[in-house]
Amino acid sequence: MTRKSIPISLLAFHIAAMPAVAQETGSVLIQNATVLTITNGTLDHTDVLVENGKITGIGFNLSAPNGVEVIDASGQYLMPGIVDAHSHIALSSINESSSPVTAEVTMEDVVNPYHLGIYRALAGGVTTSHTMHGSANVIGGQNETIKHRWGSKNPDDLRFAGAPRTIKFALGENPTRVHGNRGSGDSQPALRPSSRMGVEAVLRDAFTNAQRYMEDWDAYEVDRRRNRNAVPPKYNGRLEVIADIIRGDIIVHCHSYRADEILMLLDVLEDFGVTKITFQHANEGFKVAPELAAYGAGASVFADWWTYKFEVYYSTAYNAAILVKNGVVTSINSDSGELNRHLFHEAAKTQRYGGLTDDEALSLITINPAMQLGIDERVGSIEVGKDGDLVLFSEHPLSVYTIPLKTFVDGVKYFDRDEDPDDVRLSVSPSADLDTYMEEEIDIHHNDRVRSFKEIFQER
Amino acid sequence: MNILLSFLLTTGLISFQQQTVKPRQGSYAVTNVTIETVSNGTIENGTIVVRGDRITAVGTNVDIPADAEVIDGSGLSVYPGLIDSGTRLGLTEIGSVQETTDSNEIGDITPQMQALTAINPNSVLIPVTRVSGVTTVISEPSGGMLPGTATMINLVGYTPEQMHAGDVRLLILEFPRKSSGGRRFGQAESDKDDSDARYKRAMEKLNEVWDRAELYEHIDAAYMADSNVGVRPEYAPEMAAIAPVIRGEMILMVKVNAEKDILAAIDWVASREIVEVVFSGVAEGWRVADKLADAGISCIVGPVFSMPTRQTDRYDRAYSNAGLLNDAGVKVAIRSGDAANVRNLPFNAGFAAAYGLGKEEALRAVTLTPAEIFGVADDYGSIEVGKKANFFISDGDPFEPATQIVGLFIDGFNVPIDSQHIRLYKEFLNRDEGRIQSVEVIPAVN
Repeated sequence: MTRKSIPISLLAFHIAAMPAVAQETGSVLIQNATVLTITNGTLDHTDVLVENGKITGIGFNLSAPNGVEVIDASGQYLMPGIVDAHSHIALSSINESSSPVTAEVTMEDVVNPYHLGIYRALAGGVTTSHTMHGSANVIGGQNETIKHRWGSKNPDDLRFAGAPRTIKFALGENPTRVHGNRGSGDSQPALRPSSRMGVEAVLRDAFTNAQRYMEDWDAYEVDRRRNRNAVPPKYNGRLEVIADIIRGDIIVHCHSYRADEILMLLDVLEDFGVTKITFQHANEGFKVAPELAAYGAGASVFADWWTYKFEVYYSTAYNAAILVKNGVVTSINSDSGELNRHLFHEAAKTQRYGGLTDDEALSLITINPAMQLGIDERVGSIEVGKDGDLVLFSEHPLSVYTIPLKTFVDGVKYFDRDEDPDDVRLSVSPSADLDTYMEEEIDIHHNDRVRSFKEIFQER
Repeated sequence: MNILLSFLLTTGLISFQQQTVKPRQGSYAVTNVTIETVSNGTIENGTIVVRGDRITAVGTNVDIPADAEVIDGSGLSVYPGLIDSGTRLGLTEIGSVQETTDSNEIGDITPQMQALTAINPNSVLIPVTRVSGVTTVISEPSGGMLPGTATMINLVGYTPEQMHAGDVRLLILEFPRKSSGGRRFGQAESDKDDSDARYKRAMEKLNEVWDRAELYEHIDAAYMADSNVGVRPEYAPEMAAIAPVIRGEMILMVKVNAEKDILAAIDWVASREIVEVVFSGVAEGWRVADKLADAGISCIVGPVFSMPTRQTDRYDRAYSNAGLLNDAGVKVAIRSGDAANVRNLPFNAGFAAAYGLGKEEALRAVTLTPAEIFGVADDYGSIEVGKKANFFISDGDPFEPATQIVGLFIDGFNVPIDSQHIRLYKEFLNRDEGRIQSVEVIPAVN
C-alpha cells in the first residue's frame, strides 16, 4: 500500500463501519416445476412459494399473495441455490503471506461487491460462496461466507448473516514453497516450514501458544477477583483467533492434498480437542476415507483436477465417489471464477466416475457444502422455512445440455437469462476501454505453468 | 531362495497371475449396437467388423468372420473416436514440475522443433484420457512465435511412430498480439507505448522470417529441380521447417484469440497466399464470424469452459462461440486446450451443443470435422468401411456425464478400460476389505 492511498482506505473504513446493511428479501411463486429438494426427493409438477426471503410453501396449486410474481416453470427443473465451499470470488486480496501464521486477518475486510464474478456465478446457479484466504500460510486468515446479492455496493450486504466463522489452514507444497523454499533472489529470509515436518511443528506451536494464552487469561480472571492490581496478559489478536478454534467457535477449512498430511492434521486437532474440520481439495482424501469418516471430518474436492503439481499426481477422479461411499460428508468446489459457473456439471462427473445417484451428486454442491460451512439450517435444500435461494434449469441440472435460466437469493431474482444484458458492470472506470481483451485471465486458467506460478497469490 | 521360489511357483502354492491386459489387435466383430456413423446417419442393431487397424464391414447385414472375437453390444452405442484438435498430451506429465514438460524450447523462432519426438507413449495421462472415448489428439509445442510442429497421435502405442496418426504435422504460429488499447492487469499506463512498439517489432520479425523462408524455399526448390542452376542455400533448419507450408504441403495452425488479431491474421494469411491454414483458439471469433467465413478459414475453438474475454461480454460467450461461428458458415472443430483433462473434450462439445451448436454439429466438431481440417478424413472421423478402427462403445450419449464408456478401439487395438484413476478407485473404494485385524495371541499352555 502506498502512502498516498492511506486516507482513501481510512475513508472506506469509515463508510463500511456505518450501520447501513440492507439485505433485500423478495417473494416469488414458481409453478409446476420438477423440484429437486435434495433432502426430500424429487417432486414432479410442484409449486414453490417464497415470501419475504423464506420458503413458505411446497405443494400443488399454491396461490400467490397479492403482488407476488408468478413464474411458470413447466418442463423446468428447480433446485436449491448452489453453495461453493471454496472460492476467492469478490475479494480484493487473497494472501497475507508475511508469516506462516496469520490467523488475525480476515477476508471480511476485503470483500469487493463490484466483482463481475458474482454475476457470472449467479449465471451458473451459485448463490452462496465461501470466499477464502489463500493457501500461502499454514494457518491463514479467516474466510467469509457470502450470498451473491449482485447490485449492492456495500460489502456488508453480501455477508451471509449468521454463518459461522471459518479459517483457512494449508499443508504441503504451498506453505513450504512460500515460506521455507523461497527463491535465492528473494529479499526475505526463508522461514519454517520448508518440509511437512515443519508444517506440523508450526501447527503445534500455534495451538500450544494459544492454549497457554487461554490459561493465562483464565488465571487472570480468577486473580483479578482477589487482586485489584492484577495485570492482564498482553492481548494477542492472532492467539485470540486460534483460541476460538480450540473453543469450537471457528470451523477449520484446510488446504491439503496428500493422505499423510491429512492424517497429521487429524492427530494435531485431536490433541487440541478441535472437531470441526473440512479438508479442502484433499486429492488423496480417498486414501484415508475411513479415517476422515471416523473423525467426522468433511472433504471438499475437485471433480477431476489433477497433476498440475506433484502432490496431486496420484489422484483419481473417483475421489468424491470413494469419499461419499465411505460416509464422508463431501462437497465439490470451484476454487475458480471459471469453474464456479458450472459446478452442476462438475457434480455430474461423479456419475461417470463412480456412479453416484442424482441426489448424491447434487448433494455435493448443495446440502453437503452447507453442512461444511455450518449453514445447512438455512440453505442447501428446498424445505419450508429455509432461505429462498433457488435456481431454475432448462433440463435436469446433471445433464450436459442444461442451462441455468433464473437464480434467486432470498426470493430476489438476480439472474434471468431472458433479461441478460451485455454489460453488467456496476461501475465503469473512466479509463476503462471496452475493447480490453483479457488474455491474461485466460492464460491463468489454461496454462499450467502460469497457473502454478499464480497459485502462490491465488490458490491451489 | 530361488529353488524355493520356483518350487512354490511350479507347485502352484504361489501364483503370479498375469493380470496385465494389453491393448491387442486382431479380428473383432461388435454386434447388436446402435452405430452413430457421423458420416451416414445412425444404424440401429448394426455390426462393425475390425481386422488389423481397419474397419472391414459396417451395417445390419454383415458376415462375421469365423475367426472374429464377437463382442455383443446389445443395448449399447458406438461412436467414432473423439478427436481433440488442440492439447499438450504426451508432452507434459506434471504441470509445475518443469523436468516433466517438453512442450517449450528456448527461442522465439524454432519451427524445426517436432512435438512427435517428445511424445511420451507411457504418460499416465494417456490412458486416463482415452477411456473417455478420446482416441486421437493434436499435441502442440508452445512458447515462442514459431514454437514448432504439432503432431496428431492415436492414444495407443509404445513408440511415437506407432502413435503418429495420418502423418499429420502442423506448423504452429503464435500470431503477434496487438495491444488491447486498454491496460492489462498490472500494466502501467506508460507501458502502453511499449506494447505498441512491441507489436510492431513482432510483426516485422514475422514478416522478415517469412520473407526469408519464401526465398529459401524458392532457391532450394530451383536447385532441387536442376542442380546445375546456382548453389544450394546453406542449411537453415528454421527455414527448412517452414518451407512445407510455403509449398502448400503442410497446414499452418495460427494461434489467435482477440478480434483485432484475428482480423490481422486473416489479412496476413491472404497476403502471404497461405492456403493450408487453420485458426486455433479464436476466442473472439464470434465477433468477426462473417469475415472468417468469407476468408474460408476453418476454426478450432476452445476450451469451451472459459471466461468471457471482456468485462463487457455476456457470461456465456465462450459457450456460444462455436455455435455462432457455425451459424455464420465457418467450419468449426473443438479443442480442450488441456493435457491433464483432455477427457473433458466431450463435455466441452456438450456445452457448445447446448449453447447453440446443436448435438449433431457438436459431435461432428470432435470427429469428422477435425479429420477434414487435418486432411485425414479418408481414415478418421467416422465409422465407415476402410477407415481406421477408432471407435468406442458406450451405454449412451458420450457427452452426458452419466454415460459409461465400456469398450474402446484405437488403431484397431481393443484397448482395456483401465487407467490410474480406475485402478485407484478399485483399490480404495473398500480400502480395508480383506484386512485381518490384529489378533490377540494367547500363549500356549501345556
